[in-house]
Amino acid sequence: MSGALFEAEGLSLHFGGVKAVNGVSFSVRAGEIFTLIGPNGAGKTTVFNLISRIYQPSAGTMRFNGQDLLAVAPHRVASLGIARTFQNIELFENATVLANLLIGRHTHRTTTFAQELLFTPAARASEREFRYRVEQVIEFLDLAHYRDTMVAGLPYGVRKVVELARALAIGPKLLLLDEPSSGLNVEETEGMAFWMSDIKHDLGITVLMVEHDMSLVGRVSDRVLAMNQGEVIALGTPAEVQSHSAVIEAYLGTAVMAVEAAY
Amino acid sequence: MQLLQILLSGIAQGCIYGLIALGFVLIYKATETVNFAQGELMMLGAFIGLLGFAGWGWPLAAAVLLAVVVMALAGVAVERAVLRPILGQPAFAIVMVTIGLGFVARGAVTMVPNVGTETFALEVPYRFSTVTAGGVVIGVAQIVVIAVTALLCAVLYALFRYTRIGIAMQASSQNQLAAYYMGIPVKRLNGIVWGLSAAVAAIAGLLLAPITFVHVNMGFIGLKAFPAAVVGGFGSLPGAIVGGLVIGLAESLAGFYLPEGFKDVAPYVVVLVMLWLKPNGLFGETARKKV
Amino acid sequence: MRFIFKTHYDQDLVLFKHAGARWSYGALAVILLLAPWLLSEYLLSQLAFICIYGIIGLGLMLLSGYTGQVSLGHAAFLAVGAYTHALLVGAGWPFVLSLAVAGTLSAAAGVIVGLPALRVKGIYLAIATMAFGFIVEEILARWESVTGGNSGKQVGPPEFFGVKLTSTAEFYYLCLVIAVLATLGVLNLLRSPIGRAWVAIRDSEVSAQSMGISLARYKTIAFAVSAFLAGIAGALYAHKLRFLTPEQFTIIQSIELLLMIVIGGLGSVHGAFFGAAFLISLPQAIVWLRDYLPDSVANATGLQPMIFGLILIVFILFEPFGIYGRWFKIRTYFQLFPFYRRGLFRRQRAFQKSERLK
Repeated sequence: MSGALFEAEGLSLHFGGVKAVNGVSFSVRAGEIFTLIGPNGAGKTTVFNLISRIYQPSAGTMRFNGQDLLAVAPHRVASLGIARTFQNIELFENATVLANLLIGRHTHRTTTFAQELLFTPAARASEREFRYRVEQVIEFLDLAHYRDTMVAGLPYGVRKVVELARALAIGPKLLLLDEPSSGLNVEETEGMAFWMSDIKHDLGITVLMVEHDMSLVGRVSDRVLAMNQGEVIALGTPAEVQSHSAVIEAYLGTAVMAVEAAY
Repeated sequence: MQLLQILLSGIAQGCIYGLIALGFVLIYKATETVNFAQGELMMLGAFIGLLGFAGWGWPLAAAVLLAVVVMALAGVAVERAVLRPILGQPAFAIVMVTIGLGFVARGAVTMVPNVGTETFALEVPYRFSTVTAGGVVIGVAQIVVIAVTALLCAVLYALFRYTRIGIAMQASSQNQLAAYYMGIPVKRLNGIVWGLSAAVAAIAGLLLAPITFVHVNMGFIGLKAFPAAVVGGFGSLPGAIVGGLVIGLAESLAGFYLPEGFKDVAPYVVVLVMLWLKPNGLFGETARKKV
Repeated sequence: MRFIFKTHYDQDLVLFKHAGARWSYGALAVILLLAPWLLSEYLLSQLAFICIYGIIGLGLMLLSGYTGQVSLGHAAFLAVGAYTHALLVGAGWPFVLSLAVAGTLSAAAGVIVGLPALRVKGIYLAIATMAFGFIVEEILARWESVTGGNSGKQVGPPEFFGVKLTSTAEFYYLCLVIAVLATLGVLNLLRSPIGRAWVAIRDSEVSAQSMGISLARYKTIAFAVSAFLAGIAGALYAHKLRFLTPEQFTIIQSIELLLMIVIGGLGSVHGAFFGAAFLISLPQAIVWLRDYLPDSVANATGLQPMIFGLILIVFILFEPFGIYGRWFKIRTYFQLFPFYRRGLFRRQRAFQKSERLK
């Protein structure tokens, strides 16, 4: 499909005999919010790790913006325009929130070693530009209060937001969010839902996310992919997927089907 | 036959390295700390044995027991006094503390009047005796080293295989907080491990003493035990011994076949080659963070 | 802990964050410039030593403190720089060129030593660097035609366009200038994307990669810069000592360098210089102390290492932020008086986490 921003074909990852991901194919259109759901161990985060090139797939292809992702090294993924958050927050603990976000700007570095060593006016201008962009993200996510706090001292809910902010600071085209609402309370999840909507409408960023909170999924997603045991079991709009028999079976087991049949 | 001689002396030396490396790995497995003072613990053990045997005229067995017990207690005391307060600090800081301990131990020994700066020989009965088998002359001291090492390995293997201590130690080294929650007495365990490691060091020192001499800089041999532990894979007990043997043999062969000077760098070249080929050592595991 | 009202991004970028800092560093600069008239010749030469060790400390701080790569063989870079420089000026090369080449060769050595860092971490890297240190030491001793082996190598005074800098004051100014330039360079790197990339690598490699930071590239640069600084410091060291032997560059020296940055305060540029001052003044303090100790203790060869060890242990147990940390706390106490609370700098109680899975 030529309109797709990202497409995966027959993606597989085998660890010895275990098929963590088996023949997964899907495509994400530009500007949509695409969600991966599935019970634990379905392989959703593994798919993310494959896209981020942390793992090398055993089979299959991935294309981003028409470019073959398999030819890209892990540290080049961000410069292509793919940003991600991690399930278990991977922030830089011994740095401030501002520093974390500035690191997110790294792919936009234009200065050379010599310029940085001498801190030429070009380097200074570059730093100001970085700071300007990062401040936009801080304002977008209401993090001004925490700007100069060490990450190590922040509560979990705020860290999740900083993780998101750092990914946004990259200035991505595709945002991979790994369980953005896990560990958040109801208000924080509400906030996250609004932000996701803003990311789509105001920033025009495509979002590919893994999520367990079905109400959040239903609210923000355009399309949903259900996985179980490394394989795709359903693909469609949130309503279609949530009523799909295979999906219900994967989450709740066949007893539910039997009970429903009895009535 | 000369080759056999070289191999044998390499194996005997390798056993010493292996024993010291074993001490490193014991502590690393339980606390993920590297004890840079292991060589100094060995030196102290040798001196205490010397004190009992040559100084107080005790029979050899009693002197050995004295050294082992005193060092074991010293190990526990060091863990309690110096290491427990800094648990939670980055590994780098803890390593620096052990380096500091090594310095202190060396310095303290030199201050003992008349003894600190001298070199002594441990006059064990088998010191100069040899056994001839098939045309090869083997020092009894070397045989004793190999035999005791093998025995000690068997004992430690049984300890870790058949008791829960081994699993408890590994658990607390990977995630201390979780270990506490599981009811593992982490602090007591750390103390035991340090005591055990110090005892092993004392035995190594006493085995080494008849072959070289007992002097304050004896502990520098400990620096060669690091390559041994790394070659075997830091975190593997059999690896420590195997690594020690590899280093001992490499050194022995280099000393004979290569020009002068290569013998001293042989362990370090071997470790670099090993890290190039197998970054986690022979028996080490590649642990990778799951994100 | 001054609270600065910021109105411009530049206020976060500049080196001197407020007027008070400019005054204090200005005063320091004046004192340092007037040192030859204020201090005795002996103290002046010690100050030159502090500058030299400060430069090494900067490099090591950068590598171990900011990038998190342990280096147990740093004395090897010092040696490469010292011997290279000694050889080149001995052959008649101009000082500045020789200094540059010594630094560059050290940087190359740094890149080589840094190769294991691309594959291994933690204790494995520490042992790899230690192994390199031993190998370099042995090469220095064996390669007699070039290094003079164990009999040593003589080095003349530094020479600029035919003018020899023989006096202590002249040499001191040379060291001071190079130290200041090195410090500015390092501070610039640390406030740039490079410095942030290094910190990222230290804290979470996986995360750093997903931010577009090439681990291999930045680790190599860290080793190279760190070794370069040690190299030029080594060149100055060669001029200071006038005589080089392999025994000056052993593992003990490497450990002393690490000691220096840990006691000084890991992770801060100030710490490098505080640590250098500590390392240089300690032997003097011990000499003074000897008069007050009983004979067997005072004359023991192991007194210096023992006191080093004790101080190291005491610092790590009671002041993990080092001398700079203590200085910072004292300054904050006076700035916030009487509202200083002991808990201001208390580290959250941490449980040990496996560093293998970083």
